[in-house]
This record gives sequence, C-alpha cells and structure tokens, in this order.
Amino acid sequence: MSDRATLDIAQLRASIDGKEILQGVDLQVRQGEIHALMGPNGSGKSTLAYTVMGHPKYSVTGGTLTFAGEDLLPLTPDARARLGLFLCFQYPTAIPGVTLVNFLRAALRAQGKELPAREFLHRLNAEMSALKIDETFRSRYINDGFSGGEKKRSEILQLAMVRPKLAILDETDSGLDVDALRTVAEGVMSLAGPDMGVLVITHYPRILKYLRPDVVHVLHAGRMVTSGGHDLAERIEREGYEPILGRAGVESSPAPV
Amino acid sequence: MAIQARDLSKDYKYGFHDEDISVFRTKKGLSPEVVAAISQHKNEPEWMLKFRLKALDHFTKRPMPTWGADLSGIDFDNIYYYVKPVEEQSRSWDDVPDSIKRTFDRLGIPEAERMFLAGVSAQYDSEVVYHNIREDLEKQGVLFSDCDTGLREHEEIFRKYFGTVIPPNDNKFAALNSAVWSGGSFVYVPAGVKVEIPLQAYFRINSDNMGQFERTLIIAEEGSSVHYIEGCTAPNYSNDSLHSAVVELIAHKGAKIRYTTIQNWSDNVYNLVTKRAIAHEDATVEWIDGNLGSKITMKYPSVYLMGERAHAEVMSAAFAGSGQHQDAGSKAIHVAPNTTSNIVSRSISKGSGRTSYRGHIKVLPKAHDVKVNVRCDALLLDLESRSDTYPYMDIENPDVSVGHEATVSKVGEDQIFYLTSRGISEQDATALIVNGFFEPFVKELPMEYAVELNRLLAMSMEGAIG
Repeated sequence: MSDRATLDIAQLRASIDGKEILQGVDLQVRQGEIHALMGPNGSGKSTLAYTVMGHPKYSVTGGTLTFAGEDLLPLTPDARARLGLFLCFQYPTAIPGVTLVNFLRAALRAQGKELPAREFLHRLNAEMSALKIDETFRSRYINDGFSGGEKKRSEILQLAMVRPKLAILDETDSGLDVDALRTVAEGVMSLAGPDMGVLVITHYPRILKYLRPDVVHVLHAGRMVTSGGHDLAERIEREGYEPILGRAGVESSPAPV
Repeated sequence: MAIQARDLSKDYKYGFHDEDISVFRTKKGLSPEVVAAISQHKNEPEWMLKFRLKALDHFTKRPMPTWGADLSGIDFDNIYYYVKPVEEQSRSWDDVPDSIKRTFDRLGIPEAERMFLAGVSAQYDSEVVYHNIREDLEKQGVLFSDCDTGLREHEEIFRKYFGTVIPPNDNKFAALNSAVWSGGSFVYVPAGVKVEIPLQAYFRINSDNMGQFERTLIIAEEGSSVHYIEGCTAPNYSNDSLHSAVVELIAHKGAKIRYTTIQNWSDNVYNLVTKRAIAHEDATVEWIDGNLGSKITMKYPSVYLMGERAHAEVMSAAFAGSGQHQDAGSKAIHVAPNTTSNIVSRSISKGSGRTSYRGHIKVLPKAHDVKVNVRCDALLLDLESRSDTYPYMDIENPDVSVGHEATVSKVGEDQIFYLTSRGISEQDATALIVNGFFEPFVKELPMEYAVELNRLLAMSMEGAIG
C-alpha cells in the first residue's frame, strides 16, 4: 500500500429531510487518480459530494466514510477540508463584502498553508492568468454578481491556491461554453497528478475528454450501477444512460480500484 | 480562551476600582443648585448659567419619551451630573486587569492610547506627536479645543451658534445635556480652509473629553471642509450608566463636514445622543456613525437641508449583542429645493440583541426636485435575535424622487458551509460574513479604525456559534 490518501466510501447511506438519497454507495478514490462519477439527473451525485464534505442538511444513516484513514463522519466541514478534501461547488454561494483575496488568505491560514504576502500575490496572479481571470477579480466580493462562468473559474482558482489532496468537482462543467470548459478543464489537469486526486461529477461526457479519468462510475437511484474505463463514458455519450442502466440493473457493483 | 469584549466590561466593573479622589463633584441628582454649581465651577458667563437653568426647567417638565427603546431603568436621582477628575494619574497600569490589557493587545491599540483608555493616564499624551499638526491648524485659523475652552476663549463665535441647531427644549435628553454639559469638542473652520487631516478627539489634552454629557459644536464657514472623528473601537469602560451627548454641526454655503463616530460603550450604559446638522446652500454633511456596545442606544443623526443643492449622507452601522438594543437611524429634513439625501444603515443582531432602524424623511412643500434614497439592511445571527424597521416619510411636495429599500437576512447555512468547506472554522466564517456585511460602512473609515473595527467584530463573534 502506498501512503497516498484514499477517500473510502463503503455502503454509505444518506438522507435529506427524512428522504434517503444514497442507498449504500461504495467508492474508493486515491490521491493521484482521476475518477468520474456519472449518472442521470437525480441519481444522488451531488448528494454524495455534499455528504462527503459534511453539509449539515444531509444526515448519514449508514455505512462508513473515511479519508486518509480518518473517520470523516464526526468531523465538521472545516476539519474535513483541513484533511485535504476540497469541493468545487455547482452553485457557489455569494458572500457580499468579502473579497476573494481576503477569503483565500483566510482559507490558506486555516489550512496551515499561509504564504508571505508577496508570494501569495505572485502565485495568485499566476493562477489567475492561467485561468484567464481578470485581475479585477481579486477585489471583487466572492461570487457576488459573478456570471456562471466566473463562478466556476473562481472555484478552480481556489482549488489551485488550496492544492488539496482530493478535489471533488460537482458539475463544474455545467453552464460553461466550449472555450470556458477547456480553460477550466486544463486548469484542473494542470493540478491533477500524484499529489491530487480528482472526483469529477458530471452528466455530460464532454469534460471527460479533457480530464481522461482512470475510472468512470455510474450512479443511479442512490447506488453505483457500474464502473469502467473511459470507453464507458464514450458509450454513455453515444447511447445515453438507458441501455447501461438496463444492462447493469440496479444492483450495486463494487468499484474495481 | 475566548475573551469577549462584553465579559471584559464585567471584569472591569468588579475589579477595577476607581478611588474617589475627585477634586470637585456635585452631589447626586439634579437641582438648580447642582446646575449652578457646575456653571460656577467652570467660571461661566451669566448667559450660560441662564441657558443651563432654562434647560433644566425643560428637562424637568418634559415627560420621558414613550417611543423607541425601554428607558425605564434610568434612575436620574442616582447619577452624579458633574465630576471633575483630578489632573494627575488616578490609576496605576498594574491595577488594570490582564483581560483588558489582552483586549488592547488584540485590538492593536497603541501604548499611549491604552493608558488613556484604561483611565491610567487622565491626559492622553498626544502633545508631542501632534504638535506639528496643531501648528498647521493654527496657521490656517482653525480653532479646535474642548467645548469649555471654546466658550472661554472664543465666546463670540461660540455664543452665536451654541444651541441654535439643537435648542434645549428639543427633547428631554437634549435638555438634560444643555443643563449639565461638560467637555466635548469645539471646532471652527474659517472660510475656504480645507482641513486635510481628520481632526480626532484624541488630539486634545483634556481630562473631560470622555464625559457623560459632552457637547460638540462644529462650524464650517463658506467653502471650507473638515472631517472630525470621535470615539474609538476599544471598549470604553465606564461606570457611568447614562451618556447623553449633543452634537451640533453648521455647514455654511459650499462647506463640507464629515463626522465619524465609532462607539463601543460597556453594556451598562444608556447612550442617548442628539446629533443634528444644518446644511446651507451647496453644503454637504456626512454622518458616519458606528454603534457597538451599550445597553441601549438611541441615536438618529439628522441633517436639515436649508439651502438649495445641499446634500446629506448618513451611513450607520449598529451591532447589538445579547441584552443590547441599538435603536438607531437617521433624519433628513428637506427644506430647500434640489436637495438630496442618501441614508444607508446596516445592523447586526446577535443572541438576544435587538436592532431597530428608525428613520424620518420630511420634504417641505417648497422643496421641489428633491432626491431621497434610503437603504437599510439587517442581519440576524441567530433565531433569538431581532430587528425592526420604522421608516417615517412626510412628503409634502409632489416633485420628489424617493427610493426606499429594506432587507432583513439571516446568516445562511449555505454561506457557512461554503466558507467552512475551505477549512475556515464556523466562528471565523461567521466573522467573515459579519465583516463583509459591514464592509460598505467600514470602507468609509480611516484605515486604522477599519482594522480595529474588524478585529473587534471578530472578537464579538467568539463563542457565538457552536
């Protein structure tokens, strides 16, 4: 076994407002690997992302959830982040009055990754130009009045600054035009490597052309229905979900990692 | 670990004894004799004594206000209305509790100011630091002193304006202040003079300037401009249960006055302040008013727009912690045509804290082409906290544009989740949101005040949640 941090999800059940959304999910993602989680709308993909990160609205009713050997379930979201988890939000929340720069500095400080002011600005500028983000962004308030594309770029910028061990991208591709999608995907690929694992959640295969996941999983009705290589994503693009869901049935199959 | 500003004030009350070595003080309670004793002690001219006695008469006859915050806890008979502190230092730094010293540390208050704020040094030793500034002001003909000195040394100007903006019979607490006032600032800016640096109450050497019943009078002559700053974000430890100030501003034609206040009274204080400005033709008056602390604050900075094209800007921020009620707001009285006012209020309530926005916009019949904009936003930090809005509008001219917007919001679960998902603790996340909410106010402050205020807000968040 390597000392790479692993997100280990086993028979995870989670519900919101008393309704069970995840009905026993199994998934393992190691630092350094890229996994794609696909599935039709309402299959529980975002719920899985929120549950891993510890959103208080979702309650875990069964199974286990660990990262780097630590039980995540008793931990608050900030403690999970400090272990090296990062969630790129599908709908990032606006925080009026808090500039992106102040927010990033607070986040890095909280994670023990604080940089001297000069170095911080230097790195921020470099990451911003790589992501084609205008420099006025630094003093804008977080997600306040951002366009859809700006929000997604800002998420990837935060990812680039925080450098987590595992990034969960929750439909980061939704609402992006072709050029923005490429910029964002290239941004993620420049970060992915032995030090960072990626779990990309999407229901469109197009972002996967850039991210080239090692494993593709399909979630349906709160359970994993099948896993495979990149060809699975291509098949979904060609044929849609129906034939695959039909073939695999609704039995969950463990992820072959 | 967490030290709350509010708790510190308790430490102060119980552990920080103020030995009674005053050289002069009146007996408890109010009477014509007490008022006369104050006036006599200050060697005031006859007209001021008469002014005071008349004001006392108004105060006595006037009923307590029945609107606004609950003032039933004030015991007027159990208050010393005038205490003349001794000139020399009355406490030793060693007597100051560690908790207060830590607060100063964390707020980054400079050494000299700490002594002053802790009551160790009755005189804030600013003479050396500000000597050059004072010389520059003097060359420009700017008068800047405490109000008692203003009366003594510049009686002609003083008498011309004193009590003209807020007459003694304006309200019960203005009457009280008029009867027993002491300390406060007197500022006179001659025509055409632009005072480049903000005038701060600290500049003065004056043992009276933190008084209970301070009185401030600022006159800006034609085409002049001045920015006056009072108060400080450091907790203001006070044994006095009643603070009732009067502030009068006169902005002549084309003049500009900005008045910035940050107050953070300890939580036993009733803070009942009357602040009013007169803006003549083309003049601008800006009130920047931040209220933290106190048990109850009632304060509504006002501008009477008397001349054409006069402009009023009022930006206020209030923070009410548990057991506190901040009843604040603003008034703009449009007397002349083409006058404009912009009122922005932000308030935060935490725990059982309560904020009220109380505003009054009046447009008189002859004031056409008036523009009014009012925006008040309240943020509630928990389920217990409360906020109310009482906007009053009397518009007597049809040719007026009025904008009014009010919002009440709660710190959202999703906002907290977003920030905590980046590793920031829930407490720090709340502080970030709170600071962000006050940002429009904070960015109007000079840098050092902005930094202090943000730190102070972060401290008041400690232990707020979870």
